[in-house]
Amino acid sequence: MILSSRAERSAVEGPRDTTFAVTPQDPSTPLGMTSSFQGELLEVSMGPQHPSTHGVFRMNVALDGEIVVKLKPVFGYLHRNHEKIGENTSYLGSMPYTDRLDYFCSMTNNWAYALSVEKLAGLEVPERAEYLRVILAELTRLQNHASLLGFLLSDMGAWGTPLMYAFREREKILDLFESLSGSRMMCDYMRFGGCRCDLPPGWMDRARKLVDGFPRFLDEFEKLVVSNEILIARTQDVGKLSAELAINAGITGPMLRACGVNYDLRKVDGYGFYPRFKFRIPLGEHGDCYDRLMMRVLELRESIGILQQAMAEIPEGPIMNPKVKIRNFRPPAGEAYGRIEGPKGELGFYLISDGSGNPYRYRVRPPSFINLTILEDLCLGHTVADVMVILGSIDIVMGEVDR
Amino acid sequence: MESLEEIKARAEAAVPGAAIAIVPNPGPANQPSLLLDHAHAAAVAGFLRDDAALRLDHCSNVTGVDWLDRKVTTKVKVKKIVVREEKEEEETQEEFFPGYLEAVYHLYSVALKHGPVIVRLRTNDRGQGARLPSLTPVYRSAEFQEREIFDLYGIHFDGHPDLRRILMWDEFEDHPMRKDYREPDDYEYEPTPHDDVIEKTKKHYDARPELDGAEKLTTQP
Repeated sequence: MILSSRAERSAVEGPRDTTFAVTPQDPSTPLGMTSSFQGELLEVSMGPQHPSTHGVFRMNVALDGEIVVKLKPVFGYLHRNHEKIGENTSYLGSMPYTDRLDYFCSMTNNWAYALSVEKLAGLEVPERAEYLRVILAELTRLQNHASLLGFLLSDMGAWGTPLMYAFREREKILDLFESLSGSRMMCDYMRFGGCRCDLPPGWMDRARKLVDGFPRFLDEFEKLVVSNEILIARTQDVGKLSAELAINAGITGPMLRACGVNYDLRKVDGYGFYPRFKFRIPLGEHGDCYDRLMMRVLELRESIGILQQAMAEIPEGPIMNPKVKIRNFRPPAGEAYGRIEGPKGELGFYLISDGSGNPYRYRVRPPSFINLTILEDLCLGHTVADVMVILGSIDIVMGEVDR
Repeated sequence: MESLEEIKARAEAAVPGAAIAIVPNPGPANQPSLLLDHAHAAAVAGFLRDDAALRLDHCSNVTGVDWLDRKVTTKVKVKKIVVREEKEEEETQEEFFPGYLEAVYHLYSVALKHGPVIVRLRTNDRGQGARLPSLTPVYRSAEFQEREIFDLYGIHFDGHPDLRRILMWDEFEDHPMRKDYREPDDYEYEPTPHDDVIEKTKKHYDARPELDGAEKLTTQP
């Protein structure tokens, strides 16, 4: 006998005992949905091959009807023990390997690692190299945020078009990276005390042209997408995060600022030459998915401003500290923790040196891994379709989460 | 921000009985740290988080470190009288430092925008005593990172709400980030549920002794 309606089903089967207490965190769930299955839970394994999990990531979700009552993320499908490999190679040898952490943003990974080693060994960086780093990091932020917006919309069912628009812009930036470093995504560009090579002729003009043309893409993208009614319905008041929980759970980056917490390491730590540039920190108000999405759009505009200033001011000069011995590099014994504001949040490297050629301890503080800590809190009480939107708005890359 | 000595003094005053030591850091980074005792670690961390002048509300990074047993040999000149003649001889002295595992917490303040204050916890040894109090009740951000340390270093965090393996698979037995970890020859071997499944299926069938050979499959041992 097939029971078609929920009422029929409950009349025949009656209420059931379950091992889970069904208490959706937020009683005012979207569309006024309440438990109608008398607590009968369905366990769904979402992933690891789900197209919206941004890699190989799995969630064990317990559903009451459509409502998520329990969600446990499962990691490790891409685990290769990056940190152990880092301990077994020289300091320089880990530099190309950091590209593979967050393979969208290899330039910022390089910078975070170079910054930590420079702290560990007490190295100075020439002025031109610092400017180059700022320019490349902001270009990385442009392409990361642009493609994240595309992915997020793709997760919501806007197949293809927004993602391809974003990837069109990303491709132009990757072309710039390729002509500079020889590789589109695995740049391996920065070194301790500077950068690997200077700009090829004509690079800066091409970059200027790209940056000047970027607002046009953003205007178009915003017009197409951001005021879209369906997008607003899918993202506003979905996955709300309070500022207190965000700070306590170590959430960083655009996700923290979407809760209204003004904490951007470019301002707080003032690493690189960021104190020299004028830019504002966009802040959200509600901490929901829409604010997180808008945070990326607004940050893109600020990044364009930083890029224009840096490109106007960049001086001539050496790009490498001549005192640094890159080969056979042995920093003095000690430890250092360096961090930068990566596109996904606070990216840190913690290094312990025992005076030898390999780090004694090499630790990556991956922003997207720690931002996943509150995934369950965000999803409880929402529908299973919202899980994908919430996960997309966190902005994860599994190369970094699993390491 | 106040100096580490002042923080130490105020923390010891605020948490009676807490024994805090300062671990120097010789490198150019100059990031010394506070070594906490197990019994008062959570209380001291709570003080660091809630104190109005510190407000270290952001636990950025939690790291496990493995320090093996160390033998430090030092050469000491000893005066010895050998056949009525005083001679200075070199003698090697060996000093033994037992190994331990360490968890390092980097604390920053989002509210007051300063930091880092680095906090360390050390286990008693690398074997059965590899236990530490969990700081997850104080800092939620330590939840996954302490799980990772449990997985890769084998430190048991007492008071952690959900201490399971996170990166390695559940059946994995060793802790691969330990310095003395050796990869097994057959590390790609994963126990499949094949034999267990056969055992389970046997329970679902009645024994059928009349069929030739079937009892081998179906009878319970």
